[in-house]
Amino acid sequence: MTTDTRHVIKRHAVVTRVWHWVTAITMFIMIGSGVGILKAHPRFYWGRYGANFDSAWTTLDQWPGWVVTGLNLITIPVRYNLAISRRWHLLFALVLSFALLGFMIVSLVNRHFQRDLRVKAADLAPHAVAHDVREHLAFRFHDSARPGAYNILQKLSYVVTIFVLIPLMIFTGLAMSPNMDAAWPWLLEIFGGRQSARSIHFIAASGLVLFIIAHLALVILAGAWNEVRSMITGRWRVPEDAA
Amino acid sequence: MILTRRALVGAATASAGVLLAGCDKIIQHPAARKILFMGEDMNKGLQRALTNRDALAPEFTPAQMSPIFRSNGTRNPGTPAYTALLADNFADYRLQVGGLVARPLSIALPQLRQMPQRSQITRHDCVEGWSAIGKWRGPTLGRILKAAGMRPDARYIVFTCADLYRGTPYYESIDLIDAFHPQTILAWALNDRVLDVAHGAPVRLRVERQLGYKHAKYVMRVDAVASLAGIGKGKGGYWEDNVDYDWYAGI
Repeated sequence: MTTDTRHVIKRHAVVTRVWHWVTAITMFIMIGSGVGILKAHPRFYWGRYGANFDSAWTTLDQWPGWVVTGLNLITIPVRYNLAISRRWHLLFALVLSFALLGFMIVSLVNRHFQRDLRVKAADLAPHAVAHDVREHLAFRFHDSARPGAYNILQKLSYVVTIFVLIPLMIFTGLAMSPNMDAAWPWLLEIFGGRQSARSIHFIAASGLVLFIIAHLALVILAGAWNEVRSMITGRWRVPEDAA
Repeated sequence: MILTRRALVGAATASAGVLLAGCDKIIQHPAARKILFMGEDMNKGLQRALTNRDALAPEFTPAQMSPIFRSNGTRNPGTPAYTALLADNFADYRLQVGGLVARPLSIALPQLRQMPQRSQITRHDCVEGWSAIGKWRGPTLGRILKAAGMRPDARYIVFTCADLYRGTPYYESIDLIDAFHPQTILAWALNDRVLDVAHGAPVRLRVERQLGYKHAKYVMRVDAVASLAGIGKGKGGYWEDNVDYDWYAGI
């Protein structure tokens, strides 16, 4: 390592950092225990009902071997136990939901969302997106004029995760609760029935897994230690390519 | 740089592995297990606090019913006592209502069918994840409990069944909020036909805001009790006692 004279900036507020790690651990548990629950009935349906005699749009035995092996590797608990998977899932569902709620409130108040995640119309212009895709392919992730700002693909992935995927997980999860369906029947209306909600829950979870893979890959490509440290201490060193 | 990356990927993979194994290890510890199992009371408490306790489960139209209503759990109790009852088309069946009640009852099937009935097309949700929609018919549990006269110290209703698991009768329990809910019925008909053996003949519980394992089939006894301690292993049901299922199955 050369002596470092590069610029270090404060990047993440403490609430963002705490929420990030709480959610990271929670996601790990939710995905693992969710796979455990999925194994109890690995068939997915559209509509209000769906059981073995009804037609499923996908079933586990249609999936490639490497997917099934992957699922087996991340299941919580390791040995099939629906009751314990549910215990993990339904406790940490509360952690996930209330952590997100708290993070959203604080991030509106401290203007993190408005400042860092607001997607402007100009950002979405085809040439702007195409430019960012080319920059990603060249492994350049930072705008030298504003190195601390998120690029458009990054912004979109965070916005989709925070405002679409995780809320979808929470509300489709609630829509599977027979007591919540009695109390809040609109849950079923918006998703088109309990089995549709279960299918959307699975699809959104798959979307989150893709996000996590892309997120981890880009953290590594962007300079793993600097990125991880910034999420722990809040301090981020502006990379050479952007300095 | 590469080394750092490799180290990080390695560290991340290793910590994921440790975390996974850790999840299994940690809950063998009684204190951690206690925390994990607190989720049930938290979900029950939140749901009961934030939602209407009298809310009705969604009901459906005949066109929305499952073409085939899957059965699950015991498909036939097959005990000599049950087989004898079945051979006689349940002519000798008596539903026993007892425990902390003023007037214990013994109700034959024709009597049960002559009481005011409720019909409802509801969705049955198995803990495994599947759902089936069917039409159930029977008297409300609340009416039967009122006829028996609940004593004020009663807190739970326990259902004892004809099917045996590991040599003892299947049982389940619910609290009084669900027991007196207008959709909680003792069903003797499914889809306009007399209940068949696979679905719990002659009588099964419908407790529409909870998962399938709470809907005891082959119900022989209904008892009002002050506490679940001392019944089975004390957790309020066969699955709760033996494989850690939640007693509150509203989610």
